Amino acid sequence: MKFAVLRFPGSNCDQDAYFAALNVLRQPVEYVWHESTDLAGADCVIIPGGFSYGDYLRCGAVAALSPVMGAVRRFAASGGLVIGICNGFQILCESGLLPGVLLRNRGLRFICRHVHLRLENSATPFTRAGREGDVLRIPIAHGEGNYFADEATLRELEEAGRVILRYCGPGGEVEDRHNPNGAANNIAGIVNREGNVAGMMPHPERACEPLLGSEDGLVILNSILGGSA
Amino acid sequence: MPEAALKDPEITAEVWREMGLSDSEYRQVEAILGRTPTYTELGMFAVMWSEHCGYKYSRPVLRLFRRYREQLDSGALENAGVVDIGDGFGIALKVESHNHPSAVEPFQGAATGVGGILRDIFTMGARPIASLNSLRFGDLSDPHVRYLFEHVVAGIGFYGNCVGVPTVGGEVFFDPCYAGNPLVNAMALGLVRLDRIASACARGAGNAVMIVGSRTGRDGIHGATFASVELGPDSESRRPNVQMGDPFTEKLLIEATLEALETGAVVGIQDMGAAGITCSTCETAAKAGTGMEIDVALVPQREEGMTPYEIMLSESQERMLAIVQKGREEEVASIFRHWGLNAVVIGHVTDDGLVRVRHNGRVVAEVPAKALADECPTYQLDASEPEYVGRLRSRSVRGLEVEDHPAALLGLLSRPCIASKRWVWEQYDHMVQTNTVVFPGSDAAVLRIRGVKRGIAVTTDCNARKVYLDPYTGSRMAVYEAARNLVCSGARPAAVTDCLNFGNPEKPEAFWQFRESVRGLADACEELSTPVVSGNVSFYNETPESAIYPTPVVGMLGVLEDVHNHLTSAFREAGDRIILLAAEWPEDLWPALSGSELQVMLTGEPFGPLPGLNAYRQKTLFAAILEMSASRLLSSAHDVSEGGLAVCLAESCIAGGTGAVVDLRLPGPVVPSLYGELPGIVLVSAPASRAPEILKVAGSHGVLAVELGEVGGRDIVIRAEGAELVRTSVAEASRVWESAIPAAMDTI
Repeated sequence: MKFAVLRFPGSNCDQDAYFAALNVLRQPVEYVWHESTDLAGADCVIIPGGFSYGDYLRCGAVAALSPVMGAVRRFAASGGLVIGICNGFQILCESGLLPGVLLRNRGLRFICRHVHLRLENSATPFTRAGREGDVLRIPIAHGEGNYFADEATLRELEEAGRVILRYCGPGGEVEDRHNPNGAANNIAGIVNREGNVAGMMPHPERACEPLLGSEDGLVILNSILGGSA
Repeated sequence: MPEAALKDPEITAEVWREMGLSDSEYRQVEAILGRTPTYTELGMFAVMWSEHCGYKYSRPVLRLFRRYREQLDSGALENAGVVDIGDGFGIALKVESHNHPSAVEPFQGAATGVGGILRDIFTMGARPIASLNSLRFGDLSDPHVRYLFEHVVAGIGFYGNCVGVPTVGGEVFFDPCYAGNPLVNAMALGLVRLDRIASACARGAGNAVMIVGSRTGRDGIHGATFASVELGPDSESRRPNVQMGDPFTEKLLIEATLEALETGAVVGIQDMGAAGITCSTCETAAKAGTGMEIDVALVPQREEGMTPYEIMLSESQERMLAIVQKGREEEVASIFRHWGLNAVVIGHVTDDGLVRVRHNGRVVAEVPAKALADECPTYQLDASEPEYVGRLRSRSVRGLEVEDHPAALLGLLSRPCIASKRWVWEQYDHMVQTNTVVFPGSDAAVLRIRGVKRGIAVTTDCNARKVYLDPYTGSRMAVYEAARNLVCSGARPAAVTDCLNFGNPEKPEAFWQFRESVRGLADACEELSTPVVSGNVSFYNETPESAIYPTPVVGMLGVLEDVHNHLTSAFREAGDRIILLAAEWPEDLWPALSGSELQVMLTGEPFGPLPGLNAYRQKTLFAAILEMSASRLLSSAHDVSEGGLAVCLAESCIAGGTGAVVDLRLPGPVVPSLYGELPGIVLVSAPASRAPEILKVAGSHGVLAVELGEVGGRDIVIRAEGAELVRTSVAEASRVWESAIPAAMDTI
């Protein structure tokens, strides 16, 4: 499976995603520059974390208008797999490929830590290597990860099983005290209606080697490959 | 003959004094030029001859550092030192202060401190792989101190998080002496192939001089001069001297610079920090023995109508000066353009040794490069031992009593100097680049080097209270403690970078502290074979109310032959044996309490003589632990520092989420044994089956090893002579330790 990792000026998890695809998943991978409209024949597009264009405006708002996102929209419409991580999730929301927005963290501070996540739906291309109720330990690192959407959207997401990851405690308890940023319904990751576009605040690419403290991110990455964790 | 630019003021004594030049220095400038300087030239001399750039007071003392002396004498001083770590890789490292800017504008001051130190690293051709910061603030009960703390941390996070370099460690220390003058020292490390190190050298007459990165504005003019005076009531008005940081542009500059260096078309490169274009042009030319001619009208500018003086002295951030092979300018410029950055030819290298500055063709300055860069007058300042030193040293520490040990332990754990710094480091992305193996909160951060077996460990350290009591021994202790932190992470200490924060050197007492401290650092680094490869001096850390403690921050790099052999401070398995390893265990233990956290908690002030520190004994401890970690005998290792053995034990329990039972089977009185901060004590844990081997290895190195107890249970239990001194649940200890700083900060 071939991966494309988008690179905006200010992306800073692009190399991490690249190395995860190349060294951990052992798959071909290529960078795609923000001005390009050619996705290099990829089967899956990764929109990595960082501060696209500095994010001095609303996070992801400028990136949503870039040439490469036009190509990503067409790619997604034709059923291609797209995963946005952190800033990538913000960009997907700003692009309209996913509903909702990411507000500043409750508490207004940047947070970098490992969190526990409950896998909510294993019937998506991004979670199929796991089982519903699995608790994953994966890091977050963001200042704006407070997922927000109107009531109707939230209801639709919940009813359709489009929430794929939720912040929880070590035993899978979905409670407010385990919600690091104030996200609605403890939402950490969602998919679009068709299920081929996912956005998540946690960084699976930071949790796929035992040396770095956790391999739980492999559940997400292996899911994309279609195999088992 | 240079001419005055439009609107240039006339040169008077008032003008050069305002710029920070003394009358005799001004006369030297006149003698060098053989005429009256232009206003632009005067400004160039003033910044380059400030203490901040010219090291006019510190250089004679810094010569105590062997590597510095050798590099100075051979003209090989670079922006940062590079350490060979094997496998063809080098690590560039440096620490630098941004104290004064952070005192008046904490967010931008701290942010630009991070930006500046990163540029020192990638200007060497090294990709920045980690940042650390060493911070000192006043007492957290003071709202202004909380304001400074909150915004300094936010500023570091703002810059470091955006630029994509993990902030992996550092230290935060609180003491009222830093109330008006916080210390913000930023350290960075970069990875470079040893055959690809870039140089800040303007070689080759005719080569192009390019300015790349951000446009130039009026910010930061005379920042270096501001750094070279004490803070005072009018320091607030210096806010415009503080630069603004743009980490987004820095990120682009990193990528573009490293890409441009790969082409081989760049013969020399220098970042622009203090003294901006002035410093980068004269230093690169002086280093190569060449000259340089530039026209400042070609410099991309942010504001209209900037004078040559302003352009030459601006400290606008995120800019570099690149010396590019003649004919390959477009190749380099296109790389910067790809990243959305300016890259403009502003002149060329000459062979006449002069920095000639034009403004729309007209010469406005013409100065020998070496006069600016290398001929800053140096001064042998008077040094005299302050009165307090003898007085405090002669006060006895004997007989300090602790009535309630559990309360003392919990009290120590809640002291901001000891309490968890999670509130700080969770605001920093410490994992980006996916190389961080040991996170902040242990003795040192550990990083892997992609593609090889080796790894590195890095830490910063300085217990300034001890340096205050005895600058020589206290500074030696700082080096040894940094080394111990690395060893406790499984790494062999390799090199040092230092940030020397002191008061006004023109006061003999402050200069004595500085000289003694440098002597201590230099001796310790010689003893440990860890050369000081780079550093920075920050003087004038004083307000009208007080001077800071002398604070020589030691940043140290260590190497792990196999990164998988790293250690952390966390206890791991119930049943693991807990063993104390000691380099020295003196008959008189009481001096271990001098300047200790317990002493300050109970008496409110540091006093007493410091314990001795035997280099040979300390090194045997390091060798023993490294042998144990290489043989994978240990489950954990943690060095005894602030708060003594009691706090060390509690921290290993908290980190591991498990209790421990120990019996203080140690010679000497309980209080200094349990809370003393003797240098060279390490607490390790290991499976019971390996305990005999550990005792054997320790014995073979002549290191004292005492089995104290074992890991397990929910409580921290400390016994001595049959009595139970402490029984505290790990949950309670953890709560106290974790909540101290967040609780203080949420009162804003």
